[in-house]
Amino acid sequence: MKKVIEILKEIRPEFDFTKSEDFIADGYIDSFDLITFVAALEKNYGIKIKGTEIVPENFCNLAAITGLLKGHGVTDEI
Amino acid sequence: MKFNYGNKKITGVLTVIPANFKTFDEEMDNYQADKARTKRLKLVMGYDRHHIVREGVTVSDLSVFGMEYLFDKKLLCKDEIDALVLVTESPDHFLPPTSNIIQGRLGLSENILCLDVNQGCAGYIVGLMQACSLLEQDDVNKVVLINADILSTKTSKEDRNSYPLVGDAISITTVEKTSEENPICGEIKMDGSRSSALMIPAGGFKMPSTPETAKMHEDKDGNRRSLDNLVMQGREIFHFVQTEVPPLIFGLFERLGIKKDEIDWYLFHQPNKFMVEKLADELGIPYEKIPANIVTNFGNASGVTIPMNMTFNIGEKLLNEKFKVCLSGFGVGLTWGAMVLNIGKINFCEMTEFP
Repeated sequence: MKKVIEILKEIRPEFDFTKSEDFIADGYIDSFDLITFVAALEKNYGIKIKGTEIVPENFCNLAAITGLLKGHGVTDEI
Repeated sequence: MKFNYGNKKITGVLTVIPANFKTFDEEMDNYQADKARTKRLKLVMGYDRHHIVREGVTVSDLSVFGMEYLFDKKLLCKDEIDALVLVTESPDHFLPPTSNIIQGRLGLSENILCLDVNQGCAGYIVGLMQACSLLEQDDVNKVVLINADILSTKTSKEDRNSYPLVGDAISITTVEKTSEENPICGEIKMDGSRSSALMIPAGGFKMPSTPETAKMHEDKDGNRRSLDNLVMQGREIFHFVQTEVPPLIFGLFERLGIKKDEIDWYLFHQPNKFMVEKLADELGIPYEKIPANIVTNFGNASGVTIPMNMTFNIGEKLLNEKFKVCLSGFGVGLTWGAMVLNIGKINFCEMTEFP
């Protein structure tokens, strides 16, 4: 299973995602990257993320993404 | 607005697509994003090809072609038409109404009402409402509803946000009176305070097209477009659809006292595959009941995606069987609506190509 940061690096390899607190405001991921990322998370962790959860607040940084995944019962190392 | 009609039915559906198409792969070089990133988007969103008009082809050209196709095949008779409703965001001119142009080119009777309606993604719901309202008149027995858009001509080829998903097409739906009760019920909502989420800023009276509005600009995501082009706030539109559409449909089902598994087909507007599947998940609908392949095969032609769902996915079935269907359209306006009706054993349900 890939870690979140590995998935993000696959989408935008040119960025260091540990250096940003707001991936969207900093231009690391655009709205379509976000959709690609959600699809990758669902496949990787075997979860379904609701359409209403696909908002910037849930994907703006690693802490937010970790919180979202924990809410979906993901307990593996994220 | 909640609405209920009775004693009306859809009796035929034709969709017309331009024969000309482009594939996502051959247009990938137009976009600034690297190829790997763009290819991942293709898979998730379901992009593959979109049918787009050649330069100079208008909504009236496609509509006249489709109407003549029906006349030639004796699926529709000129003398039977009491009203012509055209729903489009890409009229031939600001004035006269494009429905009048179509009437004139076809030589239809002076006694018919021609009506242009400016609506897009929810335009099939709005158009059917107009058709049903007209059929309340004693002397109106058959309404021709045309949904038509050629928005590829107003979308920048360098805009990865919009261009891959846009397609051009028209549909012709005949709606008639029937002695059967045949309820057609639905609800529609509008929120103009969010209208800038999907718009073409220049080209109207507020901001006429000038050399200045035609200048290309790059947004923060690397998409290039001008003020003359369609612009879509993708994230806002996605969130709007996911938050507004499911409650409206659940509310409609509750009002009608029906359960979601009583619906045979969910025929929804299709901006992209991901959005439709997320709606299906939220509504608890199996993917087999909610086709999501229109964008993949044709592109999104605004109000035409719902009738194209009928002709492409269940065209043969609709000739021979009857189904309870839920239609839903959502987008520009912002507008969102849904409708439940019975449809089937109709006179025609097919597709044809404009050369």
